[in-house]
Amino acid sequence: MSRRDMSAVLSFSIVAIFLIFSALMIHPFGTPDKTEMDDNIITNAQTETGANNAVTSVVFDYRGFDTLGEATILFTAVAAVIMVFRRLNK
Amino acid sequence: MSGMSKIVKTISGIAFPFITIYGLYVIAHGHLTPGGGFQGGAIVASGCAMVLVSYGAIWIMDRVKEKNLSILESLGAVCFVLLALLGLGFGTVFFNNFLVGTNSLFGVVPAVGSGLADINTGGVIPLMNFAVGLKVIAGLFGIVLVMAYASRTKEGNK
Amino acid sequence: MIFNVPFIAVAALILIGLYAVIFKRNLIKMVIGITLIESGVNLFLITLGYREGSIAPIYTSSPGGIMALPAPQALTLTSIVIGVAVLALMLSLVIHIYRHHGTLDVRKIGGPEE
Repeated sequence: MSRRDMSAVLSFSIVAIFLIFSALMIHPFGTPDKTEMDDNIITNAQTETGANNAVTSVVFDYRGFDTLGEATILFTAVAAVIMVFRRLNK
Repeated sequence: MSGMSKIVKTISGIAFPFITIYGLYVIAHGHLTPGGGFQGGAIVASGCAMVLVSYGAIWIMDRVKEKNLSILESLGAVCFVLLALLGLGFGTVFFNNFLVGTNSLFGVVPAVGSGLADINTGGVIPLMNFAVGLKVIAGLFGIVLVMAYASRTKEGNK
Repeated sequence: MIFNVPFIAVAALILIGLYAVIFKRNLIKMVIGITLIESGVNLFLITLGYREGSIAPIYTSSPGGIMALPAPQALTLTSIVIGVAVLALMLSLVIHIYRHHGTLDVRKIGGPEE
């Protein structure tokens, strides 16, 4: 298994070099690049949605379709786990 | 998995209503303070998991069947989709916030800028918080209960 | 004085998780490695949305000032819930494999060629 171990070490070191290099060369921490959409959300969230919390208004009002997809994923996971264990318990 | 001693059962039975009330508070005030449906649902599910560990999985499974938890979770999902479809019926688009600005249940628009919290605001967001919170509570407690019941040991066999 | 330390923490989390997935033989350790990779990605999403000297994007009794971006925080919420769902499914499959084969060593279980 020496060849498999050598290729595993080589690929892991390539990914490590890429990740550390890009973490040092990304833009400085605290200066995001394009913020027009978020400035628009912050100034208009109270009059358009009527909520004081900008994050909740993004999750349930501006991007409610993503929350529908996430509820579907949670439902599918619970249904699959119950189905696997119903077969084991009987 | 069998239950723990008498002291652990008593203390967890005392602490469980406080955890539930705190989780329901985080769900209900999701449009004013940090929190919402998912976070509050995780808090209540953690309290239920504590009761499950201290009382034993066999005892809990005899009283709460996983069929009832599955029905509760489906009820939460159906309510969420129904609230989204009502926006299509009343207004123009899917997921329209049709309760903002009107004089009905949650329809007050808050003053612009930082101010005190008024729970009567938010439109359709607090109702969606309750539906998603119910779904997360039933779902996470169902997963933990089914897994704990499947890893029980028969007495005298292992 | 901060100098990109959160981004280096993200890279460290992802590398430790990747090491656990590639070089360990126990199935439970591989599942823990996958969870570490997901935690690193969630941390990366949140550190992309921070402005210098800003407060949380909530208007209830807030002191004045510029606010952080709310959109990456909403995406991170969804990602955390997806991580929980995948972890539950992975653990139930590990219990199923253990009941069927009797061992958790990934080199003794083998593949479909037997």
